[in-house]
Amino acid sequence: MSVMKPVREVGIVGYGAYIPRYRLAAEEISRLWRGGQDAGALPVKEKSVPGPDEDTVTMAVEAAQNALRRANVPPEAIRAVWVGSESHPYAVKPTGTLVAQALGIAPATLAADLEFACKAGSEAVQAAVALVGSGMADYALAVGMDTAQGRPGDALEYTAAAGGAAYVIGPADEAVAVLEGSYSYVTDTPDFFRRAHQHYPEHANRFTGEPAYFHHIVNAARGLMEALGLTPEDFAGAVFHQPNVKFPRKVARELGFSPDQIRAGLLVGEVGNTYAGSSLLGFSALLDEARPGDRLLLVSFGSGAGSDAMSFVVTERIEAARDRAPRTRAYVARRAPVDYATYARWRRKFTV
Amino acid sequence: MRDVAIVGIGQTPVGEHWDRSLRDLAVEAVLAAMDDAHVRRADALYVGNMLSGTLSFQEHLGALVAEYAGLEGIEAVKVEAACGSAAAALRQAVLAVESGRVEVAIAVGVEKLTELASKCTTNALAMAADADYETVMGLSFVAINALLMRRYMHEYGVSKEDFAAFTVNAHANAQHNPFAMFRAPVTRQQYAAAKMIADPINLLDSSPVSDGAAAVVVVPAERAREFSEKPVRVAACEVGTDTVALDNRANPLWLKGVERSARRAYRRAGVGPEEIGVFELHDAFSIMAALSLEASGLAEPGTAVRLANEGAITPRGRFPIATMGGLKGRGHPVGATGLYQVVECVLHLRGEAPEAVQVENVQYAMAQNIGGSGATVITTILERLTP
Amino acid sequence: MDIPRNWRLREQRYRLQGTRCTACGECHFPPRHVCPRCKGRALEPYRFAGRGTVYSYTVIYQAPEGFEQYVPYVVALVDLEEGVRVTAQLTDVDPEEVTIGMPVEMVLRKLGEEGERGLILYGYKFRPRIEGSAGGGP
Repeated sequence: MSVMKPVREVGIVGYGAYIPRYRLAAEEISRLWRGGQDAGALPVKEKSVPGPDEDTVTMAVEAAQNALRRANVPPEAIRAVWVGSESHPYAVKPTGTLVAQALGIAPATLAADLEFACKAGSEAVQAAVALVGSGMADYALAVGMDTAQGRPGDALEYTAAAGGAAYVIGPADEAVAVLEGSYSYVTDTPDFFRRAHQHYPEHANRFTGEPAYFHHIVNAARGLMEALGLTPEDFAGAVFHQPNVKFPRKVARELGFSPDQIRAGLLVGEVGNTYAGSSLLGFSALLDEARPGDRLLLVSFGSGAGSDAMSFVVTERIEAARDRAPRTRAYVARRAPVDYATYARWRRKFTV
Repeated sequence: MRDVAIVGIGQTPVGEHWDRSLRDLAVEAVLAAMDDAHVRRADALYVGNMLSGTLSFQEHLGALVAEYAGLEGIEAVKVEAACGSAAAALRQAVLAVESGRVEVAIAVGVEKLTELASKCTTNALAMAADADYETVMGLSFVAINALLMRRYMHEYGVSKEDFAAFTVNAHANAQHNPFAMFRAPVTRQQYAAAKMIADPINLLDSSPVSDGAAAVVVVPAERAREFSEKPVRVAACEVGTDTVALDNRANPLWLKGVERSARRAYRRAGVGPEEIGVFELHDAFSIMAALSLEASGLAEPGTAVRLANEGAITPRGRFPIATMGGLKGRGHPVGATGLYQVVECVLHLRGEAPEAVQVENVQYAMAQNIGGSGATVITTILERLTP
Repeated sequence: MDIPRNWRLREQRYRLQGTRCTACGECHFPPRHVCPRCKGRALEPYRFAGRGTVYSYTVIYQAPEGFEQYVPYVVALVDLEEGVRVTAQLTDVDPEEVTIGMPVEMVLRKLGEEGERGLILYGYKFRPRIEGSAGGGP
């Protein structure tokens, strides 16, 4: 299959990250639910926890504000606000309108929320690419953001975290990174899901690995590289969706990427799995360290299941844009540990 | 315009009146004041109250209280100015009689704060603040005063412990007042150990949630002796206002509403702060006592806490305050408080205050009732009329 | 649920939008109808940058209804750079770290919720300025 690419050249004109301040150590979860017996095999070191007054809306606003500052375009020039998340605060009522209002983008804009487990963010980017690429608009805002929750004691609780990133997609000649093309790969694979009105998701344990995460990422990434005639050596850096530290490392190896290529974007050990935010957040960390001319690979994965693979080439505009907003690592470094009881209180795990 | 005098006073004990309603309390105070003035009728009734609608689901208090006090048919309205409601009602009574349109006016302040769960009361009291810009931020009324206290401590280098002097004085005096809610002394040690509500304000900085009612009968001064052997002249009853939200004030530590109200009162009464023998001020929180003393001209800015610690505020001090317990010790049934203060001033001027706290030879007594964090202030100066 | 009221206030809550007097240049928050300084009535919308310092603060241990889940939390008077003082919660800060004079920047946060089924209210709060931030609100 051929690469997907809009008729008009587009790219990322601004990007911005957000990670909440609080962290819960995986050891603390292990102590509570496993008697610490799995302390040697924890999937991450710690995960980010949203403060009691944070949710996908507030986090999306800050990430998008950072993206707008880097893009350096007036908010009213943005003609779409698409927010991908599995933790929209309202079941019905868009996160997008609130983000648009708060940033001064409203009212002359599209706004909607997307859901595709952890792929909702990159799907929003794809939609923004299509909108700008078609010439319908010059700028569109795409956000991947989550405050993910795992059932207390479940394996997912170790990693389900909060954070994400926002991207302003615009014309290629204003971009900090120009899109070379994308390739998506989707099948009906129920590795992880949450039924309506359920608080916590179900997952299929080891089934989430080979037939889900690995199968879709590998096929999307290979599909893209074949279509573009590229090999892993052509990329300065790559980000693969990060549900834990092990999976992205393993899939990188399988595809032929070196540990060095994924180092800058691999945040999961320190912040956990930010779901729809995960690959976009890793990519923002990659952009923070990128140099003009670098080719970067972004591959998301969302359960259910599918992957978007995208290739970008960084431009000289990155140098000026980078320091207009806090870097991703600044948010990683801004950390205050909380204990399980505080986390449980803030995440409303107590009946009060 | 003619002079007016207070010829009757009435008050209910302040406390948690589980067995009595808003109207029970108001009627008791009105009847007591009428008995004290030996009147069976009045021309107008002004009911001060802040929260009857919210906490008792009852508005329209003017007609209601008039009806139940046996005064149905007369002019009767409710007056609201948050915690300053009672003195605001007195102001209306004074204006009415002064103008010559009304001969006998009754002002009553009543509040019933214990009707609902304490959360509801807390939220209701916060309605004195700006709902859209203060309360929505999670600011309780206590917290607004805490913001003032923290800044005061910072600006003037005063420690939290120094504020104990106000609480200790209020409770020491409340012991002797049969109408007071708290009739036990408080020590500095107890103050230091009290539970924090909104740091730096602790439980013993704060006036209690209470029920009560107080009333006065106002008549033309020229006829005062028809009603009372010891009438008290209303030398001034003046209102000043300021911004409702604290953040809209350039210097929140200087209560402009207090300054405006007090200056107007001094000018109207033709006296200065040094001639005030008793000052029943609005010590809803100890910081408010300090700020009121300063803006009323009794203490230089930043010195009130030190003066309190030097004993100036005790019944034998230079400017006695909270002589019957103040809001802290007597209690603070918000929309009634201003008239408790006035009743207490009248007792001093009549020489009928409890012996232990009676201030001798008082010619002028001042009551100052504050709504919100200083947005509405009513300062009343009362003068003893020599026989 | 007081939906219209919260809706009406959204530009102020989300974006610190106040007014500026076209006659004397004075900025106001909340928005005014009459300029408190010169009494002028020709006012225009004005957005504050959202940077300021703490003028005073309190740590709340006994919260009003609806704020229990945040206890202990900090409410402050914040002096904005434009010379206006606002009342707001401080967030992302431990109460013992707060000092008078501390530089802070605006963030959008949840102010509260009208129960499990009602509206979620969002509005300005302030936090210690973070590294690399241009500061202030959206």
